Amino acid sequence: MGDLTAGMTAADWCTAVLLPLGALFSLVGTIGVVRFPTLLGRMHAATKPDTVGLVLLLVGAAFQLPDIGSAAPLALVALFQLVTVPVLAQTLGRVAYSRGEVDPDHLVVDELADAIAAADDRELPPGRTP
Amino acid sequence: MTVLDHVFVATFTMLGAGVLCILYGVVRGPSVLDRIVCLNAMSVLVVSAMAAEAALRGDSAYIGLMVTVALLGFVGTLTAARFAERRAHDRG
Repeated sequence: MGDLTAGMTAADWCTAVLLPLGALFSLVGTIGVVRFPTLLGRMHAATKPDTVGLVLLLVGAAFQLPDIGSAAPLALVALFQLVTVPVLAQTLGRVAYSRGEVDPDHLVVDELADAIAAADDRELPPGRTP
Repeated sequence: MTVLDHVFVATFTMLGAGVLCILYGVVRGPSVLDRIVCLNAMSVLVVSAMAAEAALRGDSAYIGLMVTVALLGFVGTLTAARFAERRAHDRG
């Protein structure tokens, strides 16, 4: 261990723990993308573990940067990822539903079907065609 | 080699294996939405690899690039998904 740990600072140890952990999360998520049988399952596996992995990698990378000023924009990347992933998941889920690629047998509740049925029953405002 | 060198080897190996899994998913599909989901995951993996690269070099020059790739990945995925949407009048 003598040679291996020579010159390691506390920041280096933080990086040494966080980087492989984040990469492991990313890898597990991508294995889920290949293994899961349904589209929504794959979407779930592709978005959540990758986000956790990215945030862990960003924190790990921040410890290696020379000062806090150069590391601060990493928080921007993490924040941006956290904001955009729900938007993407929502949009992709709705598009998958509109294309009929969501298998109803795998759904426990289907509130969108009720909402669509209710909207079809309602009279359309003037100028709108179905 | 110190612990940190082994850590970087392990990190890049895992990220590379992840990209290979994603590439298999892109090729397999089977629908266009599966491919969109996979390509979005790949853009996240590319940003992750850039974070690891920034840590390896101790260089903050990559951060602007990371923001750009994250933005482009988001906008591209959203646009591709909206093009794939089937509207009520398409169903006929």
